[in-house]
Formats: sequence, structure tokens, C-alpha cells
Amino acid sequence: MSGSGARTVKLACESLWKIFGPGAEAFLAARGGEADDAQLAAAGLIGAVRAADLDVYQGEIFVIMGLSGSGKSTLVRCMSRLIEPTSGRVIFEGQDLLAASEKEMIEIRRHRMGMVFQHFALLPHLSVLGNVAFPLEVQGVPRAVREKRAREIIELVGLQGREAYYPRELSGGQQQRVGIARSLAVEPEIWFLDEPFSALDPLIRREMQDEFLRLQSMLQKTIVFITHDFDEAIRLADRIAIMKDGAIIQIGTPEDLVVNPATDYVAEFTHDVARAKVLTAGSVMTAFGANGAPTEDSFAGRVPVGERIEVLAAEVVAADQPFLVVDESGAARGLLTREAVLRVLVGRGRGK
Amino acid sequence: MSVAAAGAVPGFVRRGPWPIAWALLFAATLGLWLGKDQWSWAVKYPRGSVVPLKDWISDFMKWLINDFDLGLFTFKEFTRGIAWVLEWPQWLVKGLLAKGFKFPIGGEDAFWLTPTLSWLGVVVVLSLLAYRIKDRALALLIGFCFLYLAVFGQWQSAMMTLSSISVAVPLGVAGGLALGIRGYRSPRFERAITPVLDLMQTVPVFAYLVPILFLFGFGPVAAMIATMIYAMPPMVRITMLALRTVPEEIKEFGRMVGCSRRQMMWKVLLPAARPTLMVGVNQVIMLSLNMVIIASMIGAGGLGHDVLASLRRLAIGQGLEAGIAITLLAVALDRLSQAFSETAPAGAHEEVVHKSLLARHPYLIGALALLLGTTLLGLVAPALRAYPEAGQITTGPFWDGLVRYININFFDQLEAVKTFLLLNLMIPFKRFLLQLPWPAVVAMVALAGLQLGGWRLALLTALLVAFIAVTGNWEKAMITVYLCGISVVFASLIGCPLGVWAARNDRVHKVVQAIIDTLQTLPSFVYLMPVVMLFRVGDFSAMIAVVLYAIPPAVRYTDHGIRKIPPALIEAARTSGCTRRQILWKVQLPLALPEIMLGVNQTIMFALSMLVITALVGTRDLGQEVYIALTKADTGRGIVAGLCVAFIAITADRLIGAWARRRKQQLGLE
Ligand SMILES: Nc1ncnc2c1ncn2[C@@H]1O[C@H](COP(=O)(O)OP(=O)(O)OP(=O)(O)O)[C@@H](O)[C@H]1O
Ligand SMILES: [Mg+2]
Repeated sequence: MSGSGARTVKLACESLWKIFGPGAEAFLAARGGEADDAQLAAAGLIGAVRAADLDVYQGEIFVIMGLSGSGKSTLVRCMSRLIEPTSGRVIFEGQDLLAASEKEMIEIRRHRMGMVFQHFALLPHLSVLGNVAFPLEVQGVPRAVREKRAREIIELVGLQGREAYYPRELSGGQQQRVGIARSLAVEPEIWFLDEPFSALDPLIRREMQDEFLRLQSMLQKTIVFITHDFDEAIRLADRIAIMKDGAIIQIGTPEDLVVNPATDYVAEFTHDVARAKVLTAGSVMTAFGANGAPTEDSFAGRVPVGERIEVLAAEVVAADQPFLVVDESGAARGLLTREAVLRVLVGRGRGK
Repeated sequence: MSVAAAGAVPGFVRRGPWPIAWALLFAATLGLWLGKDQWSWAVKYPRGSVVPLKDWISDFMKWLINDFDLGLFTFKEFTRGIAWVLEWPQWLVKGLLAKGFKFPIGGEDAFWLTPTLSWLGVVVVLSLLAYRIKDRALALLIGFCFLYLAVFGQWQSAMMTLSSISVAVPLGVAGGLALGIRGYRSPRFERAITPVLDLMQTVPVFAYLVPILFLFGFGPVAAMIATMIYAMPPMVRITMLALRTVPEEIKEFGRMVGCSRRQMMWKVLLPAARPTLMVGVNQVIMLSLNMVIIASMIGAGGLGHDVLASLRRLAIGQGLEAGIAITLLAVALDRLSQAFSETAPAGAHEEVVHKSLLARHPYLIGALALLLGTTLLGLVAPALRAYPEAGQITTGPFWDGLVRYININFFDQLEAVKTFLLLNLMIPFKRFLLQLPWPAVVAMVALAGLQLGGWRLALLTALLVAFIAVTGNWEKAMITVYLCGISVVFASLIGCPLGVWAARNDRVHKVVQAIIDTLQTLPSFVYLMPVVMLFRVGDFSAMIAVVLYAIPPAVRYTDHGIRKIPPALIEAARTSGCTRRQILWKVQLPLALPEIMLGVNQTIMFALSMLVITALVGTRDLGQEVYIALTKADTGRGIVAGLCVAFIAITADRLIGAWARRRKQQLGLE
């Protein structure tokens, strides 16, 4: 899904700042739109998002991750202007959102954006059906039409038969399914999810991640997904942005982050990750020696360069000879040895 | 905050310049007092310097009523117009419940009076309603309360009262909601309205009855407006609080789906805040019922009128019966509205598509049919129309007899207690307060304000107290302070230990909780009756009534304060070998003290509001001043005295509040 040449940018942030505290705008303007830790601290302000630059491509799952308080929620709320950024630009399909009027923003949010919340944010006085139909109700869609649409989506997330239940009669996982269904009711072009599974226990979380991937394979939305769980990030992400103290430190595919961490902070994050799930044959293979590609009988088989080690491990470890790594055109790129795979499996391969 | 440190910080005076300042002030006070012959103005505020604020207010009122012209109509016509509009819903509900409607037929005085709703129908329908929203126990309770009304011959009056309430409450709730919503949306509006709410809640009702009478005329409508002013403030506050505490995510969700301002309020915020809002509705109901008796002074009729009339005739038995009727009405409405707030929508898991009216609202239609059926049957069966007189019972003679018995047999003992307390405690304390030079009191309050909250608080409290002197109410205010002070001390001495006991024993907690819940549903007037029965009129009776009324908050806050202490602290104390007794004195009480003081603060507020009502049993304080103003229809006098009461309350509230906040911070509890 990722990395294939020039792609359309759905949403972009350009040197986006959000500073909490009185006089934030004047403070930033006075410093030419830049401020460091010391200056912020001296002024008693909180730099929740600092000079964020990022592009979210059409149809990708863009994960923002970072520790608690690193500014993830603030950043994603700046993207929909739920929080007014202090400075910078947010460009959605070529339109500068910060220049949009309140009325235009209401229209954009009504029809083109959807959001899922960490604590579900379901309306306690409405049934499942009422909750899912609510975004359409706000738009003035007639009752029959919106309920029909709501029923379709409720079925999509597997809650059929529960239409008349009220939120507090549902389990956490079911409630978040309602939250997901509700945010999809308007068929948004961009879908924000702020730690949607953090409030669920690990087993349910996994189930919901699968469900989410299943939905995405059907719907192909552009997604901004927030999490503080790196395992979740690598399971879902096409690309990941890592935040620390309001700044984005690195953006890349999960593999990029593991193989080429930009800072020790990123390395620390990726340290405990199960590498076999992230690394591909291409990043673990050994290049050919001076005498070029080996002969046909000196390797056990061929593997694609983009395949993850997790998938290949059993086969490679069982074989006596290394595998040839080939790219899409079939050209040989390197050799994947048993030792290299074993090193990945015990957690020491590549990227320290 | 460690346990040891919490126990070690003694008293509330932090060292520094304060002890010296207080010593100087006491010396100056003593000096003023010793020289009271030279400086008589300091002990007795000179009459000549009284600011005639009350005359100004009265004159303004006169102008408002007689001369203020709005162009098309005068101001008085305008307010009377409002009264006229408000009369309609009252007329409608009263006609249904209590009086029936008149239909002229043919001749001059001939008319047909429609029957009122059958008592049996009302009892059954309300019980069924209780069963539907809660359980059988509530149904039985409601059935019992309303049956009492019928059996004890209070039905007619009770329905009058119920109809005033059922108009005043929705209006009060709507008004409170509207103001609360404005306050939530605009911080400026909130800042403006908060002091007004403070005054509405502390100025005694008697004080604004007169202007209401002038503007809206004597009668049920004026009574209803007074009730609304009295009952609305908590609804406003609770609305603002409820809207503010809707989870941030839900607000964000509302914006994210593109709600307009109105959709946001009506479709997201208010429904999400419903449980908290229902607490406010409950408050409005309870306060409206509390007003029933006072409202009858300006023409509300109903049970309140019965109580007041019996109280004036000292017909204790009758008054008590009507008083109990009000209490039962209060209990019934309280429990019903609480049950309502607890029932969240749920359960109906079958899909309601397009069924007939009957199928969609089976209960509603059943109830209506029942009411209509019994009422129509009442046309032929009089026993359904009104509860048969033959079946009525009264306990009036029993109560009268009981009082007579007690008074004959225990007169000496009761009298002895009364005289002892009066001579040894109350009168000396009163004398002491009356001799305090007023500038010294102003200075003391200011110094306390300065120490506890800084310059702003000092200025505020000093101005409030000075207002009392300057408007010529000093002596009466001191009598108020004396009665209130003594009552609060007694109430705390009884209430706080009870609270401690309840906090340390779950069984006691349950019992005590149930008792104070019930006590708090009693309208304040009800406390007066037994007291007057036993001690007749005077300061002592007033004090007893006030003490009884003001105990519940002392119990509640003490209990709550001790229970709220983090268990880790108690465990730490226990591991370091404290006995239960030591834990109480060295850990629980010091840590709970701020909360207990807030309880005492509430006790003061309760005491002041009761004190005004005890004017009816002949005190000589500000309450009496307000009451006299009411009987003389003197707007200015009543309002100024009412403001004085309010200012005493606000001063105490701000000082204690500031102290508790500071103490909590020191203890690391906040
Ligand atoms: N309304 C606000 N006013 C002041 N400071 C705020 C506000 N909202 C957030 N902050 C601060 O901004 C910083 C970033 O907060 P944010 O909620 O975006 O973090 P987060 O990465 O989403 O954390 P979490 O994982 O806990 O949700 C934090 O230091 C927070 O205290
Ligand atoms: Mg967050």
C-alpha cells in the first residue's frame, strides 16, 4: 500500500503550532513563529504541538504515536480545527482549513470528516440506532433514510440485533463498535481515531484491530490513527509519526523506524518490538560479494524483497542453504541467510 | 502530606504578624468599650447618621408603581399583565384538581360545576406511576401518602397546594434552565448573575413578599412568583454545573458532527447532562414545597393556609395534621422525582415501528382512562368524587390532648430548663454582643478577611458588616447573630459527634442518613409547631426550632469529611500503632476539619433561614424587622433588613469558605 511513487496528499500540516496559555499568539509572533523549551517555560506556556509538518496520503493509515502528553490529541484536533492552532497551516484537499469560515467548517465536518473517541463519547440518551443515525439527524436527513443507512452500518460493524440497546447496556468493545459505526455513517473522506482501543482490555483490543483492518480493506479511507502502543502502531500503520513533547521526531514506515531510528528516543521506542513483524527480507539480507549473484544450486529458493521475516522465518530456518531475495521484476537483490533470520528472531538483528 | 505533619499543625492561626494584630485589635476594642461614655457612637450607632436607604427604596417602589410609564402602558399594568398571563395555567390545573370549572347554564347565577379528578383515580394512578418507574415499595409509599391526604380530610387543600406547585415547578425549572444556559454560554453573564443568586438564596423570603404584592397583587399568582424566586437559584447553578461537567469528548463529538449552536445545546449537552439536571428539578420541587406556608401569607391558599391559620389560633392538632400533609406531599414528590432521575431510558428492546397510539403509549392511555373513568363514575357515586366525610379521621384532639398532658405534667421541668439556659447562657451572651462597639466588629471581620483571603475579602466583608450599622439595623443584627450563634453551637455539638459516629459505623451511617434525609424534606415551618406547643413563644423556642432545623448539614458534612479521608492515611496511622481513639483525634478529625467547617457553614445558612421564620414566635431580631415590614407593607424596611440578613450569611460564608480552602491546601487535600 505504501511507498509507491507520488501519491495524492489528502491532508497536510505545515509548521503547525499549538501553544496553550494566555497570550500564546502574541508570544509566538514576537519570536517569528519559533520558540524553544526554555522560552516557553519562561513564559509559562505549554507547547502542545510544535512545528508539526506532515502529509497524509489518500487511502493510507497514518499513525501518530508518542507517550502520554506528547501532543497527539492536540495535533489531531488541530487537523479538524476542534482546537484552533496558534499558527501554521492545515491543508485538506488543497483547501486551507484555517481560512475557512465557521460555517464552512461545519459543512466540512458534517460531510467529510469522521472521528472516533477514546472513551467512545456515545450519547447516553440514545439507542444504538439513534447514536449511529445522529450525525445524519444533525444534517437534517429524514428519519426513514437515516435509520436505513444506520442499520446498514450497524450490520457492517457486526452489531445487528442490538439496535434498540442503550450504550450502558453494551460492553466496551461493543460501545466502540457503535462509535466506529457512527463516525462512518456520513461516509467521511478522512477518518480520525484518537486512541480508539486504549480503553479496552488487550484481547478485545486485538479483536477490534482485526475488525478495523477488515473495515479498512473494504472502505479504503484515509485514516489518522492515534495510539501510544507501538505494537498497535506497527500492526495497523502504513506510516508512523513519532511525537515527543509536541514535536514530530520522525515519520516513516514501521520498518524505517526500526532500521533507521532518527534519535535514541525512537530507538528506545522500537526497542522492545517483535522485529520479525516489522523487518522485511530486504532489510535483513546480505549483499552479494565481489563475485556477484551465486549459482542456482547454492540457494534453497526465492523470496520477495518486501516480505516480512515473520512470514519467512520457518522456511528459512528449516533450510540448509540461504534464500535468494528478488524484487518485483525478478532481479536478484541479495541473500537471506539462516543466521540473519535467527538474529532477528532473538531480537538482535539490524538496527542495533 | 504525612500523617505526622497533619497532626502537628495546630490551630488555624499561622504564626507571623497576626497574633500581634489581633492583640492590638482586642486592646482597641476594650479601650472603646471602657470609654463608651465619651464614644457612645461606637457602641450605639447614632440615629442621626443612619442612611435612610429604606426610605429611598420605598420611594423608588412608589414611583415604580404609580408613575413609571413605559409608553403604551404603565409599569404596573405591565406586571399585572404578567400576573394575568400566569393566572391561566393555575386556573386550569386548579380546576382539574381542586375546584372544578364553572359552566353557566341559562339563568344569572345558575352554573354547572364540573367534577374534579376523583381522589381514588389520582391515588391509584400515582401509585401505578411509582410502580412503573421504580418498584413496589415506592408505589406503596406514594399510595400511603396520598391516602393520608384523603383519609385525614386534607384532600381539597392538598390539591390546591399541588396545583400551585405543579405550575410553579415547571416555570421555575424552565427559568432556571434558561438562565443557566446563558450563564454556561457567557462567562460575563455568569459573573453578573452569581452575586444575584447569592442574594436570592440568602435574603429571607419575607423581604421580597411586599414588592411582589405591590407589583402582582394579592393572590395565588403573587405567591407563585415568590415561590419561583425562592426555588430557582439552585436550578440555575446546577444547570451551569451540569453543562460544564458534560465530558469534553461528548462536546467534541457534537462539534465534530457539525452541530449548530442550538443542536449542540438541545440534542447533545442537555440530554447528556440530564441526571445532574434532575437533581436541580428535585431541588426546585423541595424548595417550592418549603415555600408553601410562607406563600400562603400572600394568598396561596391550600395546606399552607391551613397550617398558618391553625398556628395563629394555636390549634396545634389541626396545624400539625396539615403540616404532616405538607411533609407527606414533600416526601412523595421528592421520592417520585428522584426515581424519575434514576430511570435512564432502557429496556424496550423490541423495535417500536409504526404502531397505533394505544400500542405505543399503553400506560399513558391506561392512566388517562382510569382517571376519566373514576371521575365520571364520581358523578353517580359521590364516594368517588370526594372522600366520604364519614370515613375521615382526625388526630387533632389527640395532639391537643398530648400537649395539654405534657404541659400539665412537665410544665415545671420544661420551664426550669428554659429558664436555666436563658439566664445563664443566652441572656449574658446577648448582652455581651450588644455591647460590642460596632467599629470593632467591622475591624475584626476585616482583619479575619485579610488573614484568610487577602485584601479583596477584607474589603468585601468589612463593607457588608458596615452596611448593617450604617442602615441602622445594628442591634437587631446582633440579636440575630446571638440567636444564630448559640443555635449553631448547639447544632454542631449535637450534629458533629453524630456525624463522627456515623462515619465510623456503617449501620449507624445508614440509619442516620435516612433520618436526616427525611428531616431535610420537612418544610421549615413544621419545626415550629412542636416547639411552640412545648415552650410557647420567645427566644428559647426560636433557638430550639433553629437547632432542630440546622442539625442535618452538620451531621452530613462531618460524616462525609471523615469518610473522604484517603484510606492510605488511616492505614499508615494504624501500622504505626495508633489506637482507634488516637486515629480519630490525631488523624481523622484534623484532616476532616475543613469539611466539617463547611458543614458548620451550612448550619449557619440553615440557621439564618430558619431564624427569619421564627419571627412568628416573637423574636426581636432582623427576622422580626422583616416580618413587621411585611405586615406593614413597608418595602424599604423589609428589603434593607433582608439584605442585612443576607450580608451576615455572606460574610460568614466567605470567611469560613476561605479558611477551609486554605486549610485544605495546607493539608494537601486539594
Ligand atoms: N486545554 C488545554 N489547556 C492547557 N494545556 C493543555 C490543554 N490540552 C492539553 N494540554 C497540554 O498539552 C499537552 C499535550 O496534550 P495532549 O492531550 O495532546 O497529549 P496526548 O499525547 O494526547 O496524551 P494522552 O496519550 O494522555 O492522550 C499536555 O502537556 C497537556 O497537559
Ligand atoms: Mg490524547
